[in-house]
Amino acid sequence: MKYIIAVIQPHRLDAVREALAGIGVQGLTVSEVRGFGRQKGQTEIYRGAEYAIQYVPKVKIELAVAASAADAVVEAIGEAARTGRIGDGKVFVLALEGAMRVRTGEMGADAL
Amino acid sequence: MIDAGNTAWLITATALVLFMTLPGLALFYGGLVRAENLLSVLMQCFTIASMVTVLWLLAGYSLTFAGSGAWIGDLSKVLLLGVPRDAVAANTTIPETVFFMFQMTFAIITPALIVGAFVERMRFGAVVLFSVLWLFLVYVPVAHWIWGGGWLAERGVLDFAGGLVVHLTAGVSAVLLAIVLGARMGFPHDVRPPHAPWMTMVGACMLWVGWFGFNAGSALSAGADAGMAMTVTHISAATAALVWIVIESVKYGKPSMVGAVTGAIAGLATITPASGYVGPGAALVIGLVGGSVCYLMVTIIKHRLEIDDALDVLAVHGIGGAIGVMLTAVFADAALGGIGLAEGRTMGGQALIQLTGLVAVLIWSVVVSFIIIKFVQAVVGLRVSAEIEEQGLDLNIHGERGYNM
Repeated sequence: MKYIIAVIQPHRLDAVREALAGIGVQGLTVSEVRGFGRQKGQTEIYRGAEYAIQYVPKVKIELAVAASAADAVVEAIGEAARTGRIGDGKVFVLALEGAMRVRTGEMGADAL
Repeated sequence: MIDAGNTAWLITATALVLFMTLPGLALFYGGLVRAENLLSVLMQCFTIASMVTVLWLLAGYSLTFAGSGAWIGDLSKVLLLGVPRDAVAANTTIPETVFFMFQMTFAIITPALIVGAFVERMRFGAVVLFSVLWLFLVYVPVAHWIWGGGWLAERGVLDFAGGLVVHLTAGVSAVLLAIVLGARMGFPHDVRPPHAPWMTMVGACMLWVGWFGFNAGSALSAGADAGMAMTVTHISAATAALVWIVIESVKYGKPSMVGAVTGAIAGLATITPASGYVGPGAALVIGLVGGSVCYLMVTIIKHRLEIDDALDVLAVHGIGGAIGVMLTAVFADAALGGIGLAEGRTMGGQALIQLTGLVAVLIWSVVVSFIIIKFVQAVVGLRVSAEIEEQGLDLNIHGERGYNM
């Protein structure tokens, strides 16, 4: 099993969800997060004054999938989230040791 | 004799001007600070409004509008004693109670304007003490000089609705307070951006609408003068808003909403002293000049001089009021569509009188405000601790959060 974490531009979330649904992903978790990468934040201008926005709003997607599906999921997220501009985000893949479906108590891959 | 129509309009205008402060100005300012300081701004405006009301009744009104002293009024109308229920305000056809209320709303908004300079870092006790002293030592004397029959009124200074009395006094004192108080933590490069620009827009629009009461109400009647005052007020606001939109479009490629509404406020402040004396063509020019110069001044004060007049009280209100007072001498001229200058007075002569008023009010505001600020600093201290400033004033000083999410 793999645990995939993607940090993407908020406005790409719907496209990513559709792409993942298209390859049979059953569920995911989304949170609104803030952060910075190589872009080092951004600036906004109010009344002529520049404000440094250190942490830029992003969306974090987390999902657990079978190891065999991981590459396809990463690829789908990458394609749907990519605008080609700075700040598109990153996708991380982690080994997942265990899982349980709370309602039934199923363990491991059956729980996904 | 009391006239029903005039009275009805002045009661309405009074409500409009109070609405400018509560909640207009409070929201206008509140949207511009960070979320952890929103309530402190609302609370400062609200407290000033309540406090000035009581002080106005106690002695403020009397010292401004009773008696015939050159420098200050007298105490004959303290607590409105000696003002019968059916008394008519001098030179009007409205009840004196209505005049008292109308003028009170001006005395409320003027110290509240200063809040914009010291947001996010001033002690609440210092805000209270400063506002009380400032009302009696700066606002009341200046209002008496110009509107209460004092020495500047004698000289013929034209300030229809408060370019000097309201906007210059507040703007100058604000910047002085910002200097003594010091900049916000992180200023100028690391200050947090406005937390709710939409709130600033809502507040600015309340100010804009309320300003019809401010300027057209200052005619103290419901006739042609009020009609023209409202017309020029609206034209100047819209013109100055367009000026900011154009400047930002050219300069940054992005016309900002905060910029547009700030422009409108600059246009409103600039037309204020002229609003009873000029025509619609002049309002276009006044909006154009007010919008451009105030834009420039925001940049100069904040970025060149690095003075943290946090919400640009001097640049928008003080400068706007001063420009308006000077342009009044020009556009009050009948040849330029105004109501005409006093008999035998030239444009240059009126300009000199306007300048006298401007300089006198400027000097008085600077000197007296400085003394008040130093006094408050010595008695209660001006600034909150660095820790409180970092965490925000709302929870530390008022025990509440603006947003429980």
